Amino acid sequence: MARTPQDYDDIPGTFVFDAERSRQGYGINMFCMSLMKDENRKAFKADEAQYLKKFQLTDEQRDAILKRDYNRMLELGGNIYFTAKLGATDGHSFQHLAAVMTGSTQQDYAAMMLGGGRSVEGNRSRSGKDKPAREKSKAKAKSRPKSTTRRK
Amino acid sequence: MAKIIAGVGSSHVPAIGAALDNGKTEEPYWKRVFSGFEKSKQWMARSKPDVAIVVFNDHASAFSVDLIPTFALGCAAEFPPADEGWGPRPVPVVKGHPALAAHIAQSVILDEFDLTVVNKMEVDHGLTVPMSLLFGQPKDEWPCRVIPLAVNVVMYPPPTGHRCYMLGKAIRKAVESYPEDLNVVIFGTGGLSHQISGPRAGLINSRWDKAFLDNLSKDPKKLTRIPHLEYMREAGAEGIEMVMWLIMRGALDDKVDEVYRFYTVPASNTAVGHIILENRGKTARKRVPASKSRQAAARMASARIAGKGTR
Repeated sequence: MARTPQDYDDIPGTFVFDAERSRQGYGINMFCMSLMKDENRKAFKADEAQYLKKFQLTDEQRDAILKRDYNRMLELGGNIYFTAKLGATDGHSFQHLAAVMTGSTQQDYAAMMLGGGRSVEGNRSRSGKDKPAREKSKAKAKSRPKSTTRRK
Repeated sequence: MAKIIAGVGSSHVPAIGAALDNGKTEEPYWKRVFSGFEKSKQWMARSKPDVAIVVFNDHASAFSVDLIPTFALGCAAEFPPADEGWGPRPVPVVKGHPALAAHIAQSVILDEFDLTVVNKMEVDHGLTVPMSLLFGQPKDEWPCRVIPLAVNVVMYPPPTGHRCYMLGKAIRKAVESYPEDLNVVIFGTGGLSHQISGPRAGLINSRWDKAFLDNLSKDPKKLTRIPHLEYMREAGAEGIEMVMWLIMRGALDDKVDEVYRFYTVPASNTAVGHIILENRGKTARKRVPASKSRQAAARMASARIAGKGTR
C-alpha cells in the first residue's frame, strides 16, 4: 500500500518516523532493540539471515538490514535511535552512520560539522518553499497555513 | 509550600556524556562545550534545589516501539542509569521523589493532562547528561531528588508546543499545591537544531536556535504557535524535541530573569543550547505572600481532614 502523503514529505533528505512508519517498521525496530543484549548481538553476527527470521520483516526490510542500507531502513519504518544500535553492533560510531546516510566520508562529514553543520539554505523544501520561516510568515501573515498541529 | 524557583534548558547530546565519562573534558573540542557550563554548575550549587523535575525523552532505552507514551511521569523511588549498548553511564542512581511525583500525577490528570504513570524506568543520556552538566560528577549521589518526565518526541507527532507549555503550567500548579517547603528546579532538555537521520543529517540552524532562545526568555507564547513542520524544516527532524523546553517554560512566571545563556556548534551532530531562567518570586523557605500561604494552609487542612476520613 502506498504511503499516505504528508506535508513533511516536502522536507528533502528526511524520513519522518510517523505513526504509519512506526506500524510498518515494527519488525525492524524490535530487531534493533534486541541488539541491546550481548547474547543477541553474538547470535546475529554469527548468522545474520538466520537471526532475522525471528522478526516479522518484509523481504525489502530484510534486504536493507543485511546490506546496511540505513536510509532504506528509515524509509521502510526504521527509526534512527533504533537503527543506531545496529551500527553500534557493527562497531561503528554514530558519526560513521551519519556519514553513510549523507553519502559522504566520515572525514568530510566531521569537517562539515566543525564548520557549523549543514546549512538550512537550500535544504528546506523539495517543492521550492525554500524561504526562511520569518520571511514566509511576513508574506503570508494572514493565511497562516497548513500547520500539522492544527489539522484535525 | 513547594515552589518552582527556576528553569534550566540544556541539550542532552550523548557524546557529551561519553566525553565526561572517558575523561576527555580537557580536549579542545570538548573544553569548548564544557566551559559553557562552569557558571551553571556554580549557579546550581548556590541554588540548592530540593527536587529537579527533568523533562527529557527516552531514546529506545526504557521504551521500545511496544509502548510509546506521550507524557510519562516517573513516580518511582529510584531510576537506574540505562545500558545503552556500551554499559550504563558511571553516574549515581537517580533518586526520585515519589510523594511529590504522585501528587503531580494526580493534580495534572485532574487538570486533563492524561499522563502515564511509570513506577519502574531506567533513564538514559536524555536525563543523565543534563544532570552531569549542571551537577558535575558526584561519586555517590546526586545532590537532589529527581522527577523524570519522559516525553515522546521519537515518533511523530510529539505533543504540540502549546500542549507542552500548558502542561508546564499544570505542573506548576501541582507543585505549588504541595504542602512541604521544597525548592524545585525544572529542566527542559534536548535540542537545539540537529538532524541525525537520512541524507539531510548534519543540519544546523543557528539563526533559528538563537531566535528560539530569545523568545523562550521574553515571548514564549510566540513559540507555542510554531507548527511541527517548521521545527522539522528549520531545526532538523530530531530538532523537534525542542518542544520539551516549552514544558519547562510553561512552569515559570510569564516574566523571568534570564541569568545565563550558552550556545555552541557542534557537539557531535548537534547545536548545544543552554539557558537558565529564574522566577522573580521568593524561594519556598522564605516568606510567601499572605494570600498564598492562607490558600496553602487551607489545602493542608483539607488534606489532613481527607486523610483522617480514610483511616
